[in-house]
Amino acid sequence: MTAPRRPLPAWAEIAMLPLVNIALAFIVVGVIVAIIGVDPFHALRLLVVGALGSSESIGYTLYYATNFTFTGLAVAVAFHAGLFNIGGEGQAYIGGLGCGLAVLALDRWLPAWLLAPLAIAASALFGAAWAAVPAWAQAWRGSHIVITTIMFNFVASALMVYLMVNVLIAPGSMTPQSRTFAPSGRIPAMHDALQAIGISVAPSALNLTIVLAVLCCAAVWVFLWHTPWGYALRTMGHNPEAAVYAGTNLRRMTMLAMCLSGGLAGFVGVNELMGVHHRIVLDFPAGYGFAGIAVALMGRNHPLGIMLAALLFGALQQGGAELAFEIPSITREMVVVIQGLIILFSGALAHLPRPWLQVLFARRA
Amino acid sequence: MDEAFSFVFLMLASTLRVATPLVLCAMGGLFSEKSGIVDVGLEGKMLMAAFFAAATASVTGSAWAGVAAAILAAEALALLHGFACITYRGNQVVSGVAINILAAGLTVVLGTAWFARGGQTPPLLDGQRLLPLFLPGAGDNILVYAALLSVPLTWWIIARTRFGLRLRAVGEMPLAVDAAGLSVAWLRYRAVLLCGLLAGLAGAYLSIGQNAGFSRDMTAGQGFIALAAIIFGKWRPLPALGACLIFGLLDAMAIRLQGVRVPGVGEVPVQLIQAMPYLLTMFLLAGFIGRAVAPKAAGVPYEKEH
Repeated sequence: MTAPRRPLPAWAEIAMLPLVNIALAFIVVGVIVAIIGVDPFHALRLLVVGALGSSESIGYTLYYATNFTFTGLAVAVAFHAGLFNIGGEGQAYIGGLGCGLAVLALDRWLPAWLLAPLAIAASALFGAAWAAVPAWAQAWRGSHIVITTIMFNFVASALMVYLMVNVLIAPGSMTPQSRTFAPSGRIPAMHDALQAIGISVAPSALNLTIVLAVLCCAAVWVFLWHTPWGYALRTMGHNPEAAVYAGTNLRRMTMLAMCLSGGLAGFVGVNELMGVHHRIVLDFPAGYGFAGIAVALMGRNHPLGIMLAALLFGALQQGGAELAFEIPSITREMVVVIQGLIILFSGALAHLPRPWLQVLFARRA
Repeated sequence: MDEAFSFVFLMLASTLRVATPLVLCAMGGLFSEKSGIVDVGLEGKMLMAAFFAAATASVTGSAWAGVAAAILAAEALALLHGFACITYRGNQVVSGVAINILAAGLTVVLGTAWFARGGQTPPLLDGQRLLPLFLPGAGDNILVYAALLSVPLTWWIIARTRFGLRLRAVGEMPLAVDAAGLSVAWLRYRAVLLCGLLAGLAGAYLSIGQNAGFSRDMTAGQGFIALAAIIFGKWRPLPALGACLIFGLLDAMAIRLQGVRVPGVGEVPVQLIQAMPYLLTMFLLAGFIGRAVAPKAAGVPYEKEH
């Protein structure tokens, strides 16, 4: 590169670069759809209508967005500490186990208003515990968190299969799932909650867990940018040596960041098990943990950005399901392709379009 | 006596069958990691290769065309990884994760669109597969021998050739290699391409050797087990082979021990044996079984100064 290029203006860096990255991802998706033999614009229309066309589809979009918010926040909190948590999948799984165990143990004795906070706390605790082991191995034993969190995803999956098949399976059940939660162990569906105050919407999987997701966004924002701990955590991510100089205990901060991250991922269990399935089932994290990486990357690791990215991913998930229903040659996995491409273009290839934009801005100046 | 012999033979054969894709993948990953490019995307490359091998073999009727397609598919992803990590200095883990997710989605999307069998390819006939060479019951197709051969070859290339010396140097201290007038990027690209070649063979083995067709997510974490084997072997080819064989043996045992009561222990949960590779790697990484030290520059993009 011969002439030094001037840096992009801040607004372009924050708003335009991510949009160009997503646009690139969608262009590639369009090409793939065209290769399959479907008109990309027709597919896009079906997808948008499928995601936002009715109050039912909006409900499902928001329900998926709830999961993506949790895993996106989980990745972002670790990322601010300079840690790459790929274990969201396993942490969500074990978080769900904690939530389910709490409900199964107490739902016959406690009322919902007491049980829900306990079960939510249990899911956070179990998720955090599952993240704490790789965190400990990194902080005290020097192993790399990327590898260990990947390994723990598989261990979590094996553990859950064992528990569901041998221990938690409902007596007489053929499929590996626990007994149904009593009504006090369920989180009210949104259409029921809205009905109670006189608003009528179509039934969907959306439940009040979305309130928890919004609260988590606010809490993460306050924690990261308005508390001394959050400040120390971000300092560690930017410059560990400076953090040590400022008196931060890196080991403890690693533990804190990973436990928060795992706890946030664990909330997926609340949305899925207490909100929708009303029992412990296998494989409920269904890729949300990995998609959280895409959400965090796209949301620029900021709670507000993550909320927007989660809405987009929720819409994709719901719209993709409708699209697969309408066009038999397209499957739901198209959404997975889109997620992969978004991680590629807004993560690994994030700097690809920067020179183009710089040329564009240099010409205007 | 005869029974014991046949039991040992069967266990050995099934260990080798399971270990073959692990060995190929681990050797590929070794080249990449030795050059300083972390490869979390082995799983995705292998999956994509498995799909294209089965799809091509089923359409053309030739197993060899399938192998070629597998290599091309894996190399395409390898180049993408190289482009993102070497040319654009992106985050290597992010790129690897993206490749895994992309492969998981794309194989099902293309498979459904082309064959309309819910992501599977049509079952392959014997003529479209790689068949056992010498021992019909053991499944010893040519890629099993290729995997065994790849280990000494990898060792020789990395430890005894000029290219291997430079490869190790570029993974430890790229600045020195750059100062010596060699291209860091070109060395790393060659390593990444070698990785793609071997991961492609591993994928082909899965879908047209061990099995007769592609099914969704058929790699089922084997790319990550190969990654674990690299770490377990402390980034050396022969110990990595040993780790692959141990992991293969564990898998063979998991199938045999299903529902069997071991005297004194009781029934061993299959899931525990399946989780063993990951648990063992975790123990190793936590420093309980020696120390595994990665190449120093692994994961760090090299920025050439002007």
